[in-house]
Amino acid sequence: MFKRLFSLEWKSFFRSASLGKSIGLKILMGFLALYFIVAFLMFGIGLYPLIIKYFPGEEPLYLVNRFILVWLVLELAYRFLLQNLPILDIKPLMLLPIKKRKVVNVVLLKSLYSFFNFLPLLIIIPFGIYNIYKQTFSTGAIIAWMIAMIGLTLSVNYANFIIKKNFTDNIKALIPVVVGIVVIASLDYLKIFESIVWFGKGLNAILEFPILALISILIVAIFYKWNQKDLESKFYLDASLKDEIKAANTNEFLWTKRFGDIAPYLQLDLKMIWRNKRPKTTVYISILFLAYGLIFYGNDTYQELPAFFVFVGIFITGIFMINFGQFIPAWDAGYYPLIMAQNIPLKKYLTAKAGLITFSVVVLAILSTPYLYYGWKIFLINIICAIYNIGVNIPILLYAGSFNRKKIDLDKSPFMNYQGMGATQWIVGLPLLLMPLFIFWIINKFISFETAVSVLLGLGIIGLILRNRAISFIAQRYNRQKYAMIEGFKQSGE
Amino acid sequence: MITATNLTKVYNGTKVLNIGHLDIPTGQSLGLVGNNGAGKTTFFSMLLDLIQPTTGNIFNHEITVSQNEEWKEFTSSFIDESFLIGYLTPEEYFYFIGDLRKQNKADVDALLLTFEDFFHDEILGKRKYLRDLSKGNQKKVGIVAALIGSPKVIILDEPFANLDPTTQIRLKKIIKDLTAQKETTILISSHDLIHITEVCERIVVLDKGDLVKDLMTSTATLDELETYFSKDLTLKEEV
Repeated sequence: MFKRLFSLEWKSFFRSASLGKSIGLKILMGFLALYFIVAFLMFGIGLYPLIIKYFPGEEPLYLVNRFILVWLVLELAYRFLLQNLPILDIKPLMLLPIKKRKVVNVVLLKSLYSFFNFLPLLIIIPFGIYNIYKQTFSTGAIIAWMIAMIGLTLSVNYANFIIKKNFTDNIKALIPVVVGIVVIASLDYLKIFESIVWFGKGLNAILEFPILALISILIVAIFYKWNQKDLESKFYLDASLKDEIKAANTNEFLWTKRFGDIAPYLQLDLKMIWRNKRPKTTVYISILFLAYGLIFYGNDTYQELPAFFVFVGIFITGIFMINFGQFIPAWDAGYYPLIMAQNIPLKKYLTAKAGLITFSVVVLAILSTPYLYYGWKIFLINIICAIYNIGVNIPILLYAGSFNRKKIDLDKSPFMNYQGMGATQWIVGLPLLLMPLFIFWIINKFISFETAVSVLLGLGIIGLILRNRAISFIAQRYNRQKYAMIEGFKQSGE
Repeated sequence: MITATNLTKVYNGTKVLNIGHLDIPTGQSLGLVGNNGAGKTTFFSMLLDLIQPTTGNIFNHEITVSQNEEWKEFTSSFIDESFLIGYLTPEEYFYFIGDLRKQNKADVDALLLTFEDFFHDEILGKRKYLRDLSKGNQKKVGIVAALIGSPKVIILDEPFANLDPTTQIRLKKIIKDLTAQKETTILISSHDLIHITEVCERIVVLDKGDLVKDLMTSTATLDELETYFSKDLTLKEEV
């Protein structure tokens, strides 16, 4: 029975629509995975010699043990953000004559095959082997240590599910956990109670009494049981298997009325953004990226290369434009037939989208004004980039949108989410980011900074003047592509 | 007046729709029946220009639907949940459709008032998004939204499916009231022969894309349809 359930999992993986992802994307994901594997492995192998080199006189294992607690907390944090227990997979199995316990065990054991559990092994095992090779402690002690470490990693794996299940729906409930961590951290910092050191000492004790490794296995078992009990008690459609229904937010965005006949579309877009996870997170990311400039503006390496600041400027003022615009009209994929069959002239639809993005560029440009601190040139470049974004890049993005054929699930998180991605998203990046950079670089190099800035400004203004005509042209293209788009958006994407 | 001429749709060499000629006069209520795969939804999708015909054309009040968008101003439809916007509340959805059909809030409210019975107090004022409503309630919202702004042509794909018995009866009354004035052309598809013969004055039967029967509804129609759809069964029994 167990075998059959696992073969189901296997099929669901290989027959899923996502396996048909574009080749380019798969290669990229492959490279990312490879990168992490190599990075962790190098770290695992290099850890022992590095410690010997930079911390002479320290016992490497003791030193490492002192940082384990910090590492575990960090691991919990990134697992919390990225890892999910695939609990909804249980649903189709509920009606079948399979014992609850078995299904729950499959879900829980399946989580062991996660990439997140694999990565720490790449550090623990090479480092352990190095220690055995150097005979720092007895072989048995080191193996016990490795077992304890793997146990701790898996404890984090299962602890994360418990935390996620009880807290994700209610972010406020997370406050005690965060406060707890902060309190422990500050007690440690103030040297009142050094939990990090004590945790390290506990791990050191394993090297003396290998039998203590059993404690870590016991912790895994406890968390596993806890998860098991929790899942079994929620093995009902109305409990955790059902998505939470939240009371509707009824902000009407009535202020959009002043924009006349595109107001209904603007309202719809704003509601779409505020009420769905993926577009909403896109907004938060845009605000975070405002800080992008800090990396470059203060850095002397880039001072000789003002063209690079154009890149940064386009990025800072246009990050929402890029993140949101590249998936137009896939955001509306779920109801694209409605948009096509209702009395919605495409030109108005697109004008509303352009209006929304323009608004975002203006807001981000205003928010970026503190960069005046780094000199008026940077400030000027940012403003010019904003105008260029509005005039030139918005029509380019809208045009590129007509190549979109992939649906977007509004409720999924955008982290590590490549749904809706296709060749379009990669190709459009070139004219979007590199063209202004190139124009500026060439003119700045051979004529002057002032001319280069003026040319970008001129292009932006020309774009603004021609916007109406450009949108008419783009609307025609959307009309021609309409059937293919409706067909594409119907497929459950990924 | 809706006219389809020489209309075909071919997918990978298979003809899924083949209608030589079909006239639907203004004010008529037409019922489309046929087993799964008969081409009902395909026909409606072409009428709404969501699918491109392989050959032929559809004219909606003299407008070629695939070439001119003006038919959208007087045509409304509810085909499936892709005509709903999941993250809106029912009220917001109605007002949005109202905006598109040049109806202000008061107009929409007045219309919604007449559907109080139909909603059975499960739709309005619930502070729920459409995506969180049950399938039946979603359908109610879609159907009523298709009636906003007194469209000249209304297209409903399987409106009776997923509705509870009370709502089915109310929907029949709504459709009958609409057709009584002979101003609105209504196109409905259904698998329920009793409902459809009750509300439609004309029944068209499709079979694997072909138009096989075109009947003006009379007392004999239901029997005729039942005989037609059980013919495979009787054939087998004879063998």
